[in-house]
Amino acid sequence: MERKDKVRRLLLAGVGGQGILKASDMICTALMYEGLDVKKSEVHGMAQRGGSVTSHVLYGSKVFSPVAGRGEVDILIAFEILESLRYINYLKPTSKVILNDFRINPPVVNLGIMKYPEHIEDIWKEQVTSLEVIKAREIARKAGNFRSENVVMVGILARHLPVKREIWERVINESFSEDLRDVNIRAFQLGYSALPS
Amino acid sequence: MKALLSGNEAIARGAYEYGVRFGAGYPGTPSTEILEAFSKYEGVYAEWSPNEKVALEVGIGAALAGEKALVTMKHVGLNVAADPLFTVSYTGTNGALVIVSADDPSMHSSQNEQDNRNYAKFAKVPLLEPADSEEARRYVKIAFELSEKFDTPVILRTTTRVSHSKGIVELEEPTAYEDKRMIKPDVAKYVMVPAMARGRRHEVEKRLRALKEYANTCPENRIEMADPEVGIITAGMCYNYAKSVFPDYSYLKLGLVYPLPERLIRDFASRVKKLYVIEELDPFIEEQVKAMGISVVGKEIFPYAGEFDPGIIYEAITGKKNITLTPPEIEIPPRPPNLCPGCPHRGIFYVLGKLQVFVTGDIGCYTLAFMKPLEGLHSCICMGASVSMAHGMSKALKEKGRGKIVGVIGDSTFLHSGITPLIDIVYNKGEAVIVICDNRTTAMTGMQDHPGTGFTLQQELTKAVNYEELGRVLGLDSVRVVDPYDLKETEDVLKEELSRAGSSLIVSRRACVLYRREKVKQESLWVDEEKCVGCRQCLNVGCPSLSWIDFSDLPEGAYKKITKKQKGRALIDADSCTGCSICAQLCSKKAILRKG
Ligand SMILES: Cc1ncc(C[n+]2csc(CCOP(=O)(O)OP(=O)(O)O)c2C)c(N)n1
Repeated sequence: MERKDKVRRLLLAGVGGQGILKASDMICTALMYEGLDVKKSEVHGMAQRGGSVTSHVLYGSKVFSPVAGRGEVDILIAFEILESLRYINYLKPTSKVILNDFRINPPVVNLGIMKYPEHIEDIWKEQVTSLEVIKAREIARKAGNFRSENVVMVGILARHLPVKREIWERVINESFSEDLRDVNIRAFQLGYSALPS
Repeated sequence: MKALLSGNEAIARGAYEYGVRFGAGYPGTPSTEILEAFSKYEGVYAEWSPNEKVALEVGIGAALAGEKALVTMKHVGLNVAADPLFTVSYTGTNGALVIVSADDPSMHSSQNEQDNRNYAKFAKVPLLEPADSEEARRYVKIAFELSEKFDTPVILRTTTRVSHSKGIVELEEPTAYEDKRMIKPDVAKYVMVPAMARGRRHEVEKRLRALKEYANTCPENRIEMADPEVGIITAGMCYNYAKSVFPDYSYLKLGLVYPLPERLIRDFASRVKKLYVIEELDPFIEEQVKAMGISVVGKEIFPYAGEFDPGIIYEAITGKKNITLTPPEIEIPPRPPNLCPGCPHRGIFYVLGKLQVFVTGDIGCYTLAFMKPLEGLHSCICMGASVSMAHGMSKALKEKGRGKIVGVIGDSTFLHSGITPLIDIVYNKGEAVIVICDNRTTAMTGMQDHPGTGFTLQQELTKAVNYEELGRVLGLDSVRVVDPYDLKETEDVLKEELSRAGSSLIVSRRACVLYRREKVKQESLWVDEEKCVGCRQCLNVGCPSLSWIDFSDLPEGAYKKITKKQKGRALIDADSCTGCSICAQLCSKKAILRKG
């Protein structure tokens, strides 16, 4: 469908515990500080217990819906390989995909009932023209704490968002307690510069 | 000042801005964060009540004493609180009373999908429905205004999408608290014996007529005329979905969803060619509009179940679908929510799954134990039902059921509605074994305190219910305590209690791994490659930290076989393992060891 609004739609997807909701909060706050209208949506509750987690972020001059429909997402930010595939029908041929090369086995795989699908990266290569693959957890470990994986992902996404660097720094400072700020600033920077832009 | 707030945070903010200083509720997704946010404001009294009925009655008490009271719950909570709701509609509210009902279309975390707009019509009280965070902030104030002006409880209905979406909110200066507290008996108004209730019954109808009149002029019921070809009547989140796909159509956006503004609806209908009602769940608005004799398209084309999104609305009206990428032809393994690594529920349900018993379950994190591989829970209806159902089952089965029925309930759920049925077991000489999974918190909804934790919502120290003493006082024949991290003890005690005559209560006590007050840091475990024979025993506890390495996925030489037939081995993720050792207790080869 042709959309008259200039709203951009992001979809963050991953596994409960990866810090996705925190990441989308940071993204929204940064966009708000840039003076844009922004809405986000996610479902808490059951999702927190290691299940699939998504967060929609929509921004522009005026945003109505806090969720994207199928075929509407501009950028998918997948925190886990398999989870990227679960939402493929939210994407269109012009969508960008940012993929964290990290695997978390779902219970059925651990129990040997199903196999973890292989070659997901290749599937994406066939479907979209813009695919960025990053090892966010490793980078986060380098920054000082594997839990900053989410901030590494925000860093790599930041290259595609209309937000100034100093605003990102302000958001990170506001999002973490003092003892975690430096690690996360480092994680953001390493994410930001992990790939050529 | 601008802030990015969730719908729930915005409701709390709006109430505070309006001068509300009294709140009560019981947690329940998607409503929980309202009271949590509200409780943190200066000068506020807010409490987690043991259940929604109590919360509403606490709110009614406060309102009759002249306060403005905010009461919050999820949609099914209003079933529990329905009894006082229907009669406080008759008495009116003196101060002010707003009940937030957070509905959950699509049942993201609920056992049913009921549409609580029906309660407004049923109980004859007004209902407002915001579409986003900014409206949530404003509407809660309107709700309090209406309550004060019309002496009625008001329902503010949200859905998961409104409660849990965030948007930009324009904060206002809070108005100062106005002390209107009083003690003023008025038996004709507040003693609902038949003679007085009959009188109040007519007041309710009068009030409803006045509210219907008000609805036509309520500024939140607004016509947005654009293209007169298509008119859409909608409310709440559906308005945003529709606006995002059809920005050029005409809209009648309803803020007050009950009672409906009939004149406004007729006026709007006369100005557009084709009229739609867009609403999730029941045809609540649609049926009333049709009853006005207005022709309108609704559930003929829109789904009656599940939440909508922009695409669903676009497709229903235009018949066209967005172009999307095509899912590859591979099976994508599901990833349902799971018990956390180190969850104490894992121990008790592992044991229950092994014993050949029917487990009447309840609602909480532990409900997840119905899944493979634990399969330790066999029913879930509503809060408290585990205890009464276990009793009913064992009474029906008589000797056939002896030693085979266990009712399992979480600590918060037990205090919510498990005590009354426990009394029933004792009173009617039941035989069921009841287990309280006491993880010291309300985990499922995000770690709220409750009457068993020793802390109030506002983090004051208080008394804590002692389940063992309670069980003894109620008259249970046997009361035991187990540590669910100790599989042997747990199994032994369960077997003993199942084999004895009479009623028994087992408290399975171990704090939730996420519980902030009793966090114990233990070293994580690891699997010794030299000892693991790949028997998969440990995987039967379904811990997310444990995974299976299939040797066929590895290059030759990258693994070591201990037995000839070995196909793989277990692996523990050190990042997430909490060292609870439940898996290690199952390892016959002692291959699971503690780090350090
Ligand atoms: C009437 C009603 N109110 C609220 C809820 C939401 N809810 C689901 S489970 C739960 C509490 C679970 O706490 P607990 O029993 O302690 O178990 P835990 O999650 O800690 O294992 C609540 C409040 C509900 N389903 N029904």
